[in-house]
Amino acid sequence: MRKIKILLAVFVMSISIQLNAQKVFATKAGQILFNATGGIEKIAAVNNQVDSKFGEATGQIIFAVLIKGFKFENQLMEDHFNENYMESSKFPKAEFKGYIKNIKEVNFSKDGKYGADFEGDLIIHGVSKKVSTKGQIEIAQGKPTIVGEFSVKLADYGIKGSYIGDKIAGEVKIKVNCKYQN
Amino acid sequence: MQIKVIVLIVSTFILGHQVNAQNVDLFAEEKGPTSDIITSTFKSTRIVNGQSIENTGAGILDFRISHRFGALSQGSYSLFGLDQATMRIGLDYGITKRLMIGFGRSTYEKQYDGFVKFKIIQQQDGEKSIPFGISYVGTSIYKTLKDPATSYIPYSSDRFSFAHQILIASKINDYFSIQLSPTLVHYNLVEDAKIPNDFKSLGVSSRIRISKRVNITTEYFHRFDKLAGYYDPLSLGFDIETGGHVFQLHVSNSTGMTERTFINETAGSWGKGDLCFGFNIVRAFTIRKPKELRNIKW
Repeated sequence: MRKIKILLAVFVMSISIQLNAQKVFATKAGQILFNATGGIEKIAAVNNQVDSKFGEATGQIIFAVLIKGFKFENQLMEDHFNENYMESSKFPKAEFKGYIKNIKEVNFSKDGKYGADFEGDLIIHGVSKKVSTKGQIEIAQGKPTIVGEFSVKLADYGIKGSYIGDKIAGEVKIKVNCKYQN
Repeated sequence: MQIKVIVLIVSTFILGHQVNAQNVDLFAEEKGPTSDIITSTFKSTRIVNGQSIENTGAGILDFRISHRFGALSQGSYSLFGLDQATMRIGLDYGITKRLMIGFGRSTYEKQYDGFVKFKIIQQQDGEKSIPFGISYVGTSIYKTLKDPATSYIPYSSDRFSFAHQILIASKINDYFSIQLSPTLVHYNLVEDAKIPNDFKSLGVSSRIRISKRVNITTEYFHRFDKLAGYYDPLSLGFDIETGGHVFQLHVSNSTGMTERTFINETAGSWGKGDLCFGFNIVRAFTIRKPKELRNIKW
């Protein structure tokens, strides 16, 4: 009899978890590209280890990326990027913490493309700025993919160097592509 | 009994809620620190003459031209050594992140050299901290200068010499790195039977960053086994970085550029003013793109 009661309690508990749990979508293998080409030479890199999570109910979303994880075609460029521009030993991460404001308009059980409005804090090179941008959430078989494109001014984040505005564009284009698991 | 059950059910409900409440705030969840491999301990794969712990990146080809002029003590007649020059021209290639190879040709003794460098341990910080990195370098040097005519007719294997080095390096912070390089140089042939074939030495090198693009380097080798008439090599240099290449300028009492030559056969002495000006220029070419960068539409 007692065992049954305990089982019952556990069962009730598990139901209560299911009822209350906010679904959180997560990935550790998102992709961020950036292009900072200012002159003839291509200055662009990719990071395929973007850590991101978002809550289905609240629309709360985070992205975190290690600066050292950005891969360039040119090793020397990668060294300069880390040491001279991003100072990655001092500021190892870049982050976005914010909300998908229109998360309620997204139907996660129906495949399709939905526009998404992002708003929050973008932290690069130790400097935090309020940003807002538009992106897209695509649902395919219940799994969301977030894509977005925006640009940042390097001067806003205290990133300095003599080549900025010349070989290196002062405004850098950033592309995000994250496919989430549930 | 029934009260107990109710209490249990209610408490589990509360517990369930609490568990969930903790999951909701994604901002509060912070990822713990992760291990991070230390890069840019030195600015180039050579410090001045000697190998540094750095490798060329995987798929990167370095074209390296090294020049050493004569001694300043030669005076104005030979423009403080500038009339006389030895050089080495070489290609280095990174096969993987940890393994690189290189070939070169020096004008001194018309030497050809080839080397293999492998990163055994990489310096890391974070969760798994390793305070230093260790690499191995094996170099073989083949001299093609014609031998003077003597009664002994040398085998072609007599023209070989080898150097084995363990590089132990630590980037203390962004401004200072240090490296120890225990070295064994082996000659297949030496001048007479009294001279040993193996020579042990220890290199001590450092890098000091003085601005974003300029670093000062020092390189010294202490010889435990000495060939008579030669000095320990001591070099002082500047590493200047520009967009696509690293430019290394230095003064040294050595004009050799292969391990055997600059460690064991440095004829100049700092005390006598036998300082030689020299430079290395490196241009990097991407031969194989990193796999992350293939099939990307920018």
